[in-house]
Amino acid sequence: MNRLQALFSSKKDICSVYFTAGYPQLNDTLPVLRALENAGVDLVELGMPFSDPLADGPTIQASSEQALDNGMSLKVLFGQIKDLRPSISMPVVLMGYFNPVYKYGVEAFINSCKEVGVDGLIIPDLPFDEYRSKYQAMFEAAGIVNIFLITPQTSDERIAQIDTHSKGFIYQVSSSSVTGAKADVEQTQLDYFQRVDGLQLSTPRLIGFGISNSATFETACRFSSGAIIGSAFVKLLTDFGVDPERIKKFIEDIRGGAAKNV
Amino acid sequence: MSGKRNYQVDDKGMYGRFGGAFIPEMLHPNIERLAAVYKDIIDSPAFRQEYKMLLQDYVGRPSPLYFAGRLSAKYKTNVYLKREDLNHTGAHKINNTVGQILIARQMGKTRIIAETGAGQHGVATATACALMGLQCVVYMGEVDIKRQAPNVARMKMLGAEVKAATSGSRTLKDATNEALRDWICNPDDTFYLIGSVVGPHPYPDMVARLQAIISEEIKQQIKQKTDREHPDYVIACVGGGSNAAGSFYHFLDDERVKLIAVEAAGQGVKTDHTAASIALGDKGIIHGSMTYLMQSDDGQITEPYSISAGLDYPGIGPQHAHLFDTGRASFMAATDQEALTAALQCTRLEGIIPALESAHALAALEKMTFAPDDAVVITLSGRGDKDMDTYMKQFEL
Repeated sequence: MNRLQALFSSKKDICSVYFTAGYPQLNDTLPVLRALENAGVDLVELGMPFSDPLADGPTIQASSEQALDNGMSLKVLFGQIKDLRPSISMPVVLMGYFNPVYKYGVEAFINSCKEVGVDGLIIPDLPFDEYRSKYQAMFEAAGIVNIFLITPQTSDERIAQIDTHSKGFIYQVSSSSVTGAKADVEQTQLDYFQRVDGLQLSTPRLIGFGISNSATFETACRFSSGAIIGSAFVKLLTDFGVDPERIKKFIEDIRGGAAKNV
Repeated sequence: MSGKRNYQVDDKGMYGRFGGAFIPEMLHPNIERLAAVYKDIIDSPAFRQEYKMLLQDYVGRPSPLYFAGRLSAKYKTNVYLKREDLNHTGAHKINNTVGQILIARQMGKTRIIAETGAGQHGVATATACALMGLQCVVYMGEVDIKRQAPNVARMKMLGAEVKAATSGSRTLKDATNEALRDWICNPDDTFYLIGSVVGPHPYPDMVARLQAIISEEIKQQIKQKTDREHPDYVIACVGGGSNAAGSFYHFLDDERVKLIAVEAAGQGVKTDHTAASIALGDKGIIHGSMTYLMQSDDGQITEPYSISAGLDYPGIGPQHAHLFDTGRASFMAATDQEALTAALQCTRLEGIIPALESAHALAALEKMTFAPDDAVVITLSGRGDKDMDTYMKQFEL
C-alpha cells in the first residue's frame, strides 16, 4: 500500500493543499512543505510550473510565471524533492501540464518520480484514453498513481470508467471554472456534489477549485473524503511569503468547521 | 495506388503521430459534442446551401486565379496567384468564420469567443457575429492590442468586446489560453471559434474543411485557364497553417501536385528570433494538439518572432506536421528580409500589395527553380493594407 492509499484508508476530512514549486522563491519548496506538514495538512499537490497553464486562474498563473523566472524546472524540482523526502512523511503528488512531462520523456519522468518518492501525478491535459492506451502500464509498474479529474459536465458513465481505472483518489472539480474562481457554494453545486456522492464510487474523491475557507471546506468534506485548497493558499504565499505561523493559522481556520476524525 | 497514405484525420482525431485532443477534463464534453456533430452539419444540404450562398454573395467568391504575367516572365515559368486578398475583410480567414458561425448556430450556441494575434481572425469573427447577431468576445494579447490599434477599432465597431490577455508573453498563444479558460467557465452557451488548423480535434479538420474551398476553386480554375489537369506546384505560407491547409486540401491525394509550405524564419531559423516550428523540429503539445512546436529544454513553450504577426505562432497545425513527416509537403522558411523583398517585388511587378504573411509564400519563387511550362499556384492569403506601418518603416515611404 503506498502513502496515498494508506492515508485514504485511515482518515476522513482530508485537508490537501496545492502550491507551486519554487514559489515565491526557488528554494521555498521545502520550507513551505515543512510548514504545511507541521500545520497538520494531510497531502500536498506540488505544482510543476508551465508557461501555458490553460486550466488555471490568475493567481496560479502568476505563481507559475514567477517560479519559472526563479529558475524552476523539472530537473531542479526532482532535486528538491529528493532532498526533502526524508524529512516529510505525508504523500506528495505532482500536478502540472503534459508538455514538460512529454519533453522529459514520460517513462523517464515516472522513473524519476519513483526514485525521489513522489506518490502520484495529476496531469489535467493527459486524456484518459491516451493514458490507458500508452502509459497506464508504465505508471503501474512504477507504483505511481495517476489521478483523474471529473467535473460537473462529466457524464455518470464516464465517471464510472474513470473510477474503474483510478487508484489513490479522484480529483472532483467543484464547478465549471478555472482554479481560484468562485467563493461560495451554490445550489447547483450541491446538487452535483450529491449526485456524484450518490454514485458510491470505489475510489475516494477530493473536491477542489474554489475551496478557500472553512465553509467551503466543510461543505466539500460532507460530500467527499476531503478538499484541496489551491489559489487561496498561493495567495497567502504571495501576500506574506513563507511564514509558518500564518500558514498554521490559515490551515486551522479552514479546518475550523470540520470534525477531525483520525 | 496501392499502399496509399492517408493525409486526413483518422477516427481517433490523429494525423499519423500528430493531433488528438490533449485537453483538461473540463473541456472534454464540449469537444466531444463538437466532434460528434461537425461533419454531419458541414455535409448537410442546409449548411452547404447557406455556406455557399454566403461565400458567393457576402465573401465575394470565387476568388480569382490570376495569371501573374510579369512575375512569370521574371521566373521563366507560369505563376498564378490565388487571390484570397480580394475576399471581404481582406484575407482567407472569413471562409472559416462564416462556416463555423453556421455550425455554432446549428448547435444552439449564443455566445462566440475567439483568439486573435494580429487581429485578422478577430475581425473576421466579429464580422460573422455581426452578420448573425451573435454576442462576440475576442481575446487578444495586451501587447498585440497596442500594436494593432486599427483592427481593435474594427472589432469594436463591429460590436465585439475585445478582452486583453495579460498573462505570459501577452501575445497570440496567451490569447488562445484565455479563450480556452473562458470556454471552461462557460461550457453551455459558448462556442469557441478557432481561427486556424490548430487546437484539439476536431478543430484542425473542421477548419481545413472550411478552407478547402480554396483548393476546390484552384482545381477548377486551372483547368479552365490552362487545359491542364492540375497545377505542378501549390505554394502557401504557414503559421498555424489554415490557408495552406485549404490550398492543399483537394490535392493531397494527387501526388503529381507538389505542395510547398513556407514558414516564417524571422531573423533566421538558427537565431532566437524565429517562428519556424517545423525547421526547429521539436515534438510536443500546444493548445491541445500533438505537433511540432517551439519549446525550451524543460518543455516550456517559447515565444516566436516574425515580422508578420499572422505567422507568429510557436506551433503548427497537426496535419502539416504529418505532411512534413510523410514527405507529402516540402517545408521551407523565409526570413523577414526575404519576405519584404518579395512583397515589394510583387507590388512593383503586379500592382498588388500583399500581406506580409503571403509575402513569405511569394519568397519561395526566389528559392526554387521551375520548368518553363510549370503551373505554379501561390496563395495570396491576404492584402497588405494592415501591414502599411511596417512597409512604411522598412521602405521609408
